[in-house]
Amino acid sequence: MRFGTEIVLVSLAAFAALAAAGLAQDSAFQAHMWVLFFVLLGSAIVLMRNTHFAPAGAASIPLRPDTDGYMDGPVRYGVIATTLWGIVGFLVGVLVALQLAYPDLNIEPWFNFGRTRPLHTSAVVFAFGGNALIATSFYVVQRTCRARLFGGNLAWFVFWGYQLFIVMAATGYLLGITQSREYAEPEWYVDLFLTVVWVAYLIVFLGTIFRRKEPHIYVANWFYLSFIVTIAMLHVVNNLAVPVSPFGSKSYSLFAGVQDALTQWWYGHNAVGFFLTAGFLGMMYYFIPKQVNRPVYSYRLSIIHFWALIFLYIWAGPHHLHYTALPDWAQTLGMVFSIMLWMPSWGGMINGLMTLSGAWDKLRTDPIIRMMVLAVAFYGMSTFEGPLMSIKAVNSLSHYTDWTIGHVHSGALGWVGMITFGALYYLVPKLWNRERLYSLRLVTWHFWLATLGIVVYAAVMWVSGIQQGLMWREYDDQLLVYSFAETVAAMHPYYVVRALGGVLFLLGGLVMAYNLAMTILGHERKEAPIGGAVAQPAPSLQSAG
Amino acid sequence: MEAYTALRQFADSWGLLFMALFFVGTVLFAFRPGSRKSADEAARIPLKDD
Repeated sequence: MRFGTEIVLVSLAAFAALAAAGLAQDSAFQAHMWVLFFVLLGSAIVLMRNTHFAPAGAASIPLRPDTDGYMDGPVRYGVIATTLWGIVGFLVGVLVALQLAYPDLNIEPWFNFGRTRPLHTSAVVFAFGGNALIATSFYVVQRTCRARLFGGNLAWFVFWGYQLFIVMAATGYLLGITQSREYAEPEWYVDLFLTVVWVAYLIVFLGTIFRRKEPHIYVANWFYLSFIVTIAMLHVVNNLAVPVSPFGSKSYSLFAGVQDALTQWWYGHNAVGFFLTAGFLGMMYYFIPKQVNRPVYSYRLSIIHFWALIFLYIWAGPHHLHYTALPDWAQTLGMVFSIMLWMPSWGGMINGLMTLSGAWDKLRTDPIIRMMVLAVAFYGMSTFEGPLMSIKAVNSLSHYTDWTIGHVHSGALGWVGMITFGALYYLVPKLWNRERLYSLRLVTWHFWLATLGIVVYAAVMWVSGIQQGLMWREYDDQLLVYSFAETVAAMHPYYVVRALGGVLFLLGGLVMAYNLAMTILGHERKEAPIGGAVAQPAPSLQSAG
Repeated sequence: MEAYTALRQFADSWGLLFMALFFVGTVLFAFRPGSRKSADEAARIPLKDD
């Protein structure tokens, strides 16, 4: 029977959720368990409607047969999930930007800024970024190991389990359930579930590496593996907590005071370092060589890039706690390691960019390569800006201001977003056996909309952030010149323009979703090729050959 | 000696030494004689497939 075990397990889980809703100790937990119950009930119904009772041999035909022996079903679903969650995340981003500019948009209680802000960060980081990482890692590890994904349907569990985690996290925020740890807001029971999914992910990935037919483990897999292992470690330690009741939404952290703060930022900064950097570098080391059709500029540099990044990033977290109760030596350590990160970051950037050496003309004709190059350029820029901001003297001006927000977005929209878009444009025709994308012209539209959006966003946040920092520290006769409310009011025009930058980025995302959907449906737009004629060498040079 | 002091001392002596040596080792390994050929082969892994 097809999906037999799955139907039983999902139904039992739905019943457990119903029981938990009945036994709930607080109303938020009760509402959350009702959400879980209906999600699982719906899933069970969908599974039952798709089951059939043919003998086991006939039942094992996948929804769409994979011709080349690789398991690409979860990758296809992952590409679609990445696109959809991306749109949701960008849309919520525009909403929170507008809420800051126009506070009347805070619709209480579910949609005020305190709840929509983690909804935005988790949607873009974990739903959009996480799905992109899982999908591309499954694709890349199979191609570079020349082996099918390990564990059979375990990869499907990773995909659907991760979607359930996203739904539980997002609905939890809107219901007001949070443990208020940056980028780790979901409460203890959602954290436990994610741990299970993540261990399954590790098993699938490692198992595929173990049964590889290619003797060497390609460097992209090292980056992906370090991302999976480190996130597991960070997630478990950061979320060590004691729940008040097995049927309640509240828990208390195992750590207190400054230890708790440092644990949070050890997690928080390495979420940036290993989730948003190492994982996406894995993407860079596979998709740029593929799209350019050239090997990476220096493989040995990529090995040093890897180890330097791993050794340095893990210590950089304390730079989030400058001028706090954290011991001075720890603050300095965080700052020094952040500055040392310039080396691997720029080494990696050079490696990515130089992969195009000898093929720079493709920048003119291939907007996908243009997107990837812009991503690497933003990687270089934001990893230059980050260490700069970690210097204590700079941090005393920049910390708690919008400059930080601008920095994060130049990294997240510029680096993470653009490299993901490039990978999606590469993957979709391959995964659905299409000759080409529906339209390369639309990729160019996406490129410019997104780039303009990022530039507007980052530039406006620099201005508002530095103005904010200067207004906060302005003294006159030992008194502060500006009240806090005055600095907030001064930010209004910048917040409006920032929302505009977000709208441009969202529009680019919608153009991409349309383009990818049309490609999947098998349409090809008739259009003139980009770039026109290729430049011809001078006649004297031609005759020499 | 309290746990904090003990761990702190271990971290800034043997721990630091181990990590520094490991890192130097990876750099030396990456640039060992004859590594260029195997590195160039490894770099071509993604291009061999479809």
